[in-house]
Amino acid sequence: MLILTCPCCGVTGEETEFHGGGEAHLKRFGPGSTDEAFHDYLFSKVNPKGVHLERWRHNNGCGKWFHAARDTVTLEIYGTYPAQTTEPPQSVKDAITAKRPGWSWREFA
Amino acid sequence: MSTRLANGGRLLDRGRKVDFTFNGKRLRGYAGDTIASALLANDQMLVGRSFKYHRPRGVVASGAEEPNGLVGMGTGADFEPNQRVTTTELFDGLTCTSQNHWPSLDFDVGAINTKLARFLFAGFYYKMFIHPRPFWKHVYEPIIRKSAGLGKAPDQRDTDTYEHFYAFCDVLVIGGGIAGLQAARSAAATGAKVMLIEQTAHWGGRAPVDGGTVGGQPVDKFVDDLVAELSAMDNVTMRNRTMGAGVYDHGYALGYERVGDHQPAAKGPRHRLWRIRAAQIVTATGAIERPLSFAGNDIPGVMLASAVRDYVVDYGVSIGDRTVVVTNNDDAYRTAITLKKNGLDVPAILDARVPTQDSPLMAEAKSLGIRVLMGHGISSVQGVKRVTGVGVCSQAGEGAVLEEIACDVVAMSGGWSPVVHLWSHCGGKLIWDETTAAFRPDVDKAPTGAKGEAFVTPAGAANGALSLGDVLSDATTAGASAAKAAGHSGGDVTAPEAEQIDEAPMAQVWMMPHGAGIKKRQKAWLDYQNDVKVSDIQLAAQEGYESVEHAKRYTTLGMATDQGKLSNINGLAILSDALGQPIPQTGTTTFRPPYTPISMASITGEARDERFMPIRQTPMYQWHVDNGAFFEPVGQWRRPYTYQKPGESIEQSVSREVKATRASLGMLDASTLGKLVVTGKDAGKFLDMLYTNMMSTLKPGHCRYGLMCGENGFLIDDGVVARIDDNTFLCHTTTGGAESIHGHMEEWLQTEWWDWEVYVANLTEQYAQIAVVGPQARATLEKLTGDDISGDALPFMAWKDITLAGIQARAYRISFSGELSYEIAVKASEGRALWDALLAAGQTANITPYGTEALHIMRAEKGFIMMGDETDGTVIPQDLGLHWAISKKKEDYIGKRAQARSHVTDPRRWQLVGLETVDGGVLPDGAYATAEGKNANGQRETQGRVTSTYHSPTLERGIAMGLVLNGPDRMGEVLEFPRLDGTIMRAKIVDPVFFDKDGEKQNV
Repeated sequence: MLILTCPCCGVTGEETEFHGGGEAHLKRFGPGSTDEAFHDYLFSKVNPKGVHLERWRHNNGCGKWFHAARDTVTLEIYGTYPAQTTEPPQSVKDAITAKRPGWSWREFA
Repeated sequence: MSTRLANGGRLLDRGRKVDFTFNGKRLRGYAGDTIASALLANDQMLVGRSFKYHRPRGVVASGAEEPNGLVGMGTGADFEPNQRVTTTELFDGLTCTSQNHWPSLDFDVGAINTKLARFLFAGFYYKMFIHPRPFWKHVYEPIIRKSAGLGKAPDQRDTDTYEHFYAFCDVLVIGGGIAGLQAARSAAATGAKVMLIEQTAHWGGRAPVDGGTVGGQPVDKFVDDLVAELSAMDNVTMRNRTMGAGVYDHGYALGYERVGDHQPAAKGPRHRLWRIRAAQIVTATGAIERPLSFAGNDIPGVMLASAVRDYVVDYGVSIGDRTVVVTNNDDAYRTAITLKKNGLDVPAILDARVPTQDSPLMAEAKSLGIRVLMGHGISSVQGVKRVTGVGVCSQAGEGAVLEEIACDVVAMSGGWSPVVHLWSHCGGKLIWDETTAAFRPDVDKAPTGAKGEAFVTPAGAANGALSLGDVLSDATTAGASAAKAAGHSGGDVTAPEAEQIDEAPMAQVWMMPHGAGIKKRQKAWLDYQNDVKVSDIQLAAQEGYESVEHAKRYTTLGMATDQGKLSNINGLAILSDALGQPIPQTGTTTFRPPYTPISMASITGEARDERFMPIRQTPMYQWHVDNGAFFEPVGQWRRPYTYQKPGESIEQSVSREVKATRASLGMLDASTLGKLVVTGKDAGKFLDMLYTNMMSTLKPGHCRYGLMCGENGFLIDDGVVARIDDNTFLCHTTTGGAESIHGHMEEWLQTEWWDWEVYVANLTEQYAQIAVVGPQARATLEKLTGDDISGDALPFMAWKDITLAGIQARAYRISFSGELSYEIAVKASEGRALWDALLAAGQTANITPYGTEALHIMRAEKGFIMMGDETDGTVIPQDLGLHWAISKKKEDYIGKRAQARSHVTDPRRWQLVGLETVDGGVLPDGAYATAEGKNANGQRETQGRVTSTYHSPTLERGIAMGLVLNGPDRMGEVLEFPRLDGTIMRAKIVDPVFFDKDGEKQNV
């Protein structure tokens, strides 16, 4: 059972307080997008072995959504950060690099 | 025979006799006994029958690794199957029965299987019962089921209580043997908060049995002092009878405390589950002795050498008068020496090794006059229900009997395996240690926590340190380094000096004798409980089951309730040998929690009956209870299904409620509806994205029905939105959808449109809401208010703040029944007062509270859809004829792009229609309309299905809604719906609005 820290309310809690919400930094494709682009947006989620950026909701706490950089193999949490961003903050990227040099996730590295 | 010795038994209180029964026989033991030691003291060697061959089985071990000694304990509500005799403490009045035998333990019919053993080889069931296929279901399975299964399930409800405790510490030490105690002391000296748990009732583990001195004093004295020292420390919590059941992610661990098992009359819970969060965990879980694989090693009387020693020292029990010790290592000599010193006969030690010189233990044994045969082993054991003797052979040969030795006990030792289970649960890796022939923790590959830090440290025998001195020094380091990793340092503790006894190296002996032929291998047991023999593993390897995980499942090795604590390493070694590869290459099977079985009830804890799940109650809940409500669960809510009057059936009650509402006046507790307030400058823009229709154009004071879809285009919720002011909307959601829609809104606001100024609050429980429904609704409300609620002042789909019965209220003129209807929202604290006031005011109009079933029927009569009935996660609004609720003007809304995908625009999607049964009956829910032909799977083609179906009291006939291929274009056609009984029901496709098609009743 993981331990996560909500960047919105600052509470560090057990996994049961939170709920995973899939891939983070989704780029939305709406009306007018091609079938292929929309299909990828809706269905083609990454499922990496290693570093993953993902959405979580503090649903039994402050109710806010946030992002976590987590390792799907070791379950290490490299950092959590507010969801109001289009890319992970440098501090989180640095934390990942320190442990996983050469990492990449989608367009981030 | 096994018997109680006149003296000894360090755990016994010989002053307190304890009476118990086994298979109805009255027996006597002492306080401090386990069931196993008490049975053995009464010469009850036979404790059960094996699973497959029903072979006679006796106690093999003295602890958690015991595979054979499982009994059913207690009677009636207290009955519990599969209790391990070696870990269950004796108490006065205990009753237990052996398992897996018929008609009796001594005479078992199933034992015929042992005669058939030649045919019951590995994979027998797979191979035998596959043909002919129908035989499995009708012939084989019923017979096998009858003879399978270990233990009986209790037939009464458990009356005991169970609970969970939460604990937090810097260092959790699992195992209260000498390593755990020393590690705890070393960690606690730094000031770290330490928790120490031990699965048995005693501290010190097996060190006091094995003996030796620490700092010049006997080891048991050292243990007593250590326990006293730790007990006095404020930063140390100690719990015995608490097993470390599992180690999980990020320092989470489960402890399983058997609080009341040994004192059933005491108050309090029977078991307690400790949910522990530790910064660091030390696994001081000890080691388990391995059996040796020789023919007849399962005959009662063949035991682990350490167990034989334990019974003498701990319980004053002699397993037999003449014990042959067979070993590949020095430790078993301690058993021979202990027995001899207690006046028992050891005719021989058969040592598979050929040492060049005697180790101190060998020399001591010889000096006591024990005959030691080097390079020898057991050819086969004689006896059926009890050992009568052994045939001695050369270990190097094929088993020719050189000599027969009469004995009634065989004490075997194949070396020691560290208990690596808890280390491995969360990903700790193992390395193969060639010198001890065991897997031990690879400390460089420890389980890692939230920050990537190693959070488990093995200590003592669990780390492969087997001698007293090594154990103490390893544990001292482990405790200190764990404390340091948890942020505490200083308070250095030096490892106490222990007497060092040099031991000769052990030898790897996986089969005895080395060249044993097939007949011997078929009688050399690996897994006693599941009856897996050396020959079975070899057969599995021969048939291609090369992966250890496959071989395990094919042969069932290690799959019994003991999870292979004795059999795993021996099995791996045999498999590796058969495959011609080194043991590390074969690897181990996966260690999974719990370490030994824990009770289901302890997992449940207090979460049963009314505490299983929180039940959400509306402010009017008590009135419902007091007035005969028949409740149904809706999410976590309990909603009245109907209010039965004395003498009424459910159907009659529902029918009365519908009729009274349509005729005059009904009333519904609608408080459970989700109420989300959406406010902010961009609230309108946001809701335009959330709903399929336009919400930003809604005028304050008005309401609009809206549909919500997911990004995949499918419906997820619906409800009425009221605009409160320019920046504020109140969104009603379904009862079950309030929390998830709130989360859905928050997700879009925070991850996509975070620059929009919108705030959402879930006020579902802050308001009570009452629907006042029926032709007399307005007249009744007017009795309670001076505000103008006429059709002009408060038209359909408008809302108004009014004072009702002196209570500030908001009246929404909306209708889910097709009647003149108001939903009145008040502060939750005033819900009951309003409910009572409405009841009183409605007396003359025969006001009738109605439940969810009447609500459903009335909405279905009007053709209104219900989330979860008409929708199932694959239905789009267009399927339901709700095109009018989808804005054509909006460029975008969540789900719009998906609704343009080819499959979603397919004209062959089933569409909503009404269904009217030809005979007036009620269609079965979920029934399919059949079509001509068969599909690719040979099943009848279908062309539609029923989504809602009711008996309409208003129309006095069955009505239904369904999704049908080209439905709206096929009005008047009759479809066929097969029922489960094979008969066919026919229904005509009609408009889904069955009642008051023009809406005249609600628009007055």
